[in-house]
Amino acid sequence: MSTTTAAPPAVAPIQGRSRRRRIARATPLKYAVLIGFAIIVLTPVYVLLVTSFKTIDEIDPAHAWSLPQTLTFDAWRQAWTQLSPSMQNSFKLAIPATILSCVLGSMNGFVLSKWRFPGADLIFTFFLFGMFIPYQAVMIPLSLLLDDIHFPAGIPRLIFAHVVYGIPITALIFRNYYSTIPDDLMEAARMDRAGMLRTYWSVILPLSAPAFVVAAIWQFTSIWNDFLFAVFLITDPAKWPVTVALNNTAGSLVTPFNLQMSAALLASLPTLIVYILLGRFFMRGLMAGALKG
Amino acid sequence: MRGVRRWGPGLLLVSPSIILIAVFVYGLIGWNLRVSTSDWREANRTNGFVGLDVYKELRTDERWSLDLRHLFLFTIAFVVGTLVFGWLLALLLDKGVKGEGFFRSIYLFPMAVSFIASGIVWRWLMNPAPGDRASGLNVVFDKLGVGFLSNQWWQHPEWGALALALPAVWALSGYVMALFLAGFRGVPEELREAARMDGASEWRVYRHVVFPFLRPVTLAALIIIGHISIKVFDLIVAIGGKQIVTEVPAIYMWVLIYDARDYAKGAAIATLLLVGISILIIPYLVYTVRQERRT
Repeated sequence: MSTTTAAPPAVAPIQGRSRRRRIARATPLKYAVLIGFAIIVLTPVYVLLVTSFKTIDEIDPAHAWSLPQTLTFDAWRQAWTQLSPSMQNSFKLAIPATILSCVLGSMNGFVLSKWRFPGADLIFTFFLFGMFIPYQAVMIPLSLLLDDIHFPAGIPRLIFAHVVYGIPITALIFRNYYSTIPDDLMEAARMDRAGMLRTYWSVILPLSAPAFVVAAIWQFTSIWNDFLFAVFLITDPAKWPVTVALNNTAGSLVTPFNLQMSAALLASLPTLIVYILLGRFFMRGLMAGALKG
Repeated sequence: MRGVRRWGPGLLLVSPSIILIAVFVYGLIGWNLRVSTSDWREANRTNGFVGLDVYKELRTDERWSLDLRHLFLFTIAFVVGTLVFGWLLALLLDKGVKGEGFFRSIYLFPMAVSFIASGIVWRWLMNPAPGDRASGLNVVFDKLGVGFLSNQWWQHPEWGALALALPAVWALSGYVMALFLAGFRGVPEELREAARMDGASEWRVYRHVVFPFLRPVTLAALIIIGHISIKVFDLIVAIGGKQIVTEVPAIYMWVLIYDARDYAKGAAIATLLLVGISILIIPYLVYTVRQERRT
C-alpha cells in the first residue's frame, strides 16, 4: 500500500496561495470529522473494556456508560475458565490450517503466474468462484461426504474445510504477488536448465516472505473468526472453536454483561494482536479479496 | 511434445487443488441441488426424487417471504451505509492528512474482530428496553436530549432489519474506505494537475476528473458488500439468535437443518442463496479476468 502523502505540487504563486488557504480553512473541520468517526468506531471497544472490568453490581443500566468504580478482574477470570479449552481448540485449528493453506497457495500461485499451462486462466477463474460462494450451498453434502468417507471427526474436519475453501484466496494472493516478480529472473533459471521445482525452490520461494505474511494473516483471521463451518461440522462441544463457545456462553441472555464483554474481548485478542502488529499486511490481504493486486 | 514437457509439471503441481475445488465446490453444489430435489424431510436420510416441489413450497411460505424482506432491508442499509461512509472517509484521507496511517488503522480494525464478538457488544448497544430499564445507545440519546431517537432497534417488528445493518456498517465501512482510497490514489496526478492548470477549482477537479475514475471501484465495492449481505449469518446469530424478528434466509436454513431436520428445504434455500450470489459475482469475475488479460 502506498501511503506517501504527496507534497502539494508547485504551481503559480497566486493560485498556490489561494489553494493553500482553502485547504487550511478546511483542515480543522476535516480533522474534526475524522476524529468524530474514530470515536464512533471505537465506542464498542470502550463499552467492552469498561464493562469487562466492572463488578456485577455495577453493570445495571444506570451505570452503563460510566467507568468502573471498583476495578475487578473477576469477569476476566471467569471468561478465561470458560473459554480457555475452546481457545486451545481454535489454536489447534487455525495454526495448522493456516500453514497448509499458505503452502498450497504458494505452489498454486507460482504455477498460475509463472509456470502456466494452457487454460491456466480458466482454471484460476474456476478457483475464484469458490471464494464467493455461500458455504451453505455445500454444507449439507460436505458433512454427509465427510461422514461417508469416515473422515476423523472434530478439529481435523475443520482444518480440512478451511484448507480446501482457502485455496482460491491464497492462490489469488500469491498469484498477484508473483506476477510482480520480473520474468527475467525466470529466464535466468531457464538458461541454467533448472526444472520447475528447482526454479520454485531457489528463485521464487526466497522472494515469497511478504506474500506468506499476507496470506497467513488473512487465513488465520478468517479461520479464527469463522462460525459457520464450526457450527455445521462440529457436533462435540469439547471440540468447539472459540467463536461457537463464545456464542453459547456469552451469547446467552442470562449471562451477566461483564462476563459477556470480557469473553468477547478475550476471544478477539489473538486476531487483534495480529492486527496491531501486522496491520499493514492485513490491508493487502483485504485488497486481494477485492481481486485487486 | 516439448510443450507438454514444459508445462506438464505445473499442471501436475496444481492438480490436487483442481481436484479438491472440482469435488468440494462444484461437485458438492451439484449434490446439494440433488438434496433440494429429494424427499428428505426428516432425520432419516431418503433419496427419492420429487423435482422442484420444495422450491414451489417456498413460494407460498410466509416465513420465507418475511426473511426475504428482512434481507432486502438489511442489504439496502448495509450497502448504502458502507458506500457512503467508506467514500466519505476515503475522500477525507485522499489528499493526505497528518496521522493518515493511524486513522486508517482505526477505521479498519473492526475487520479483525469476529461478527460473533462484535455482535455481543452491539446487542448491548442496541438494547431495546425502554424507560428506566433503558441501556446502551438509548441512554446516550436520553442524556444528549434527543430521547425521541430512542427506539426498539432490531426488535422493531417492521424495520428492525435496518438496525441490524448498523453493526455491519460499522464492521465494513473501513474496508470500503480502503477500496476507495486505492481508487482515489489510482488517478494519475498529471490528470488532476492538467485540470487545475485549466483553472478548474478543486471541487471541479474531483467532480470531473477523479469521480469518473472511481466507477469501477464503486462497482466492485457494491458487488462485494452485496454478496456479503446475502450471506449474512454470524452477526444475526450473535444479536438475534433464532428469533423470527431478525431471521434472514441463512438463519432459516440453519434452523431447518438443526431443529426441523428438513434437509431438502434447507438445501433449497442454500441453492437460492447461491443463485443470488452468482448473479452478482459471475459477471464481475468474467469482467475482471478479461480486464486483466487485456493489460
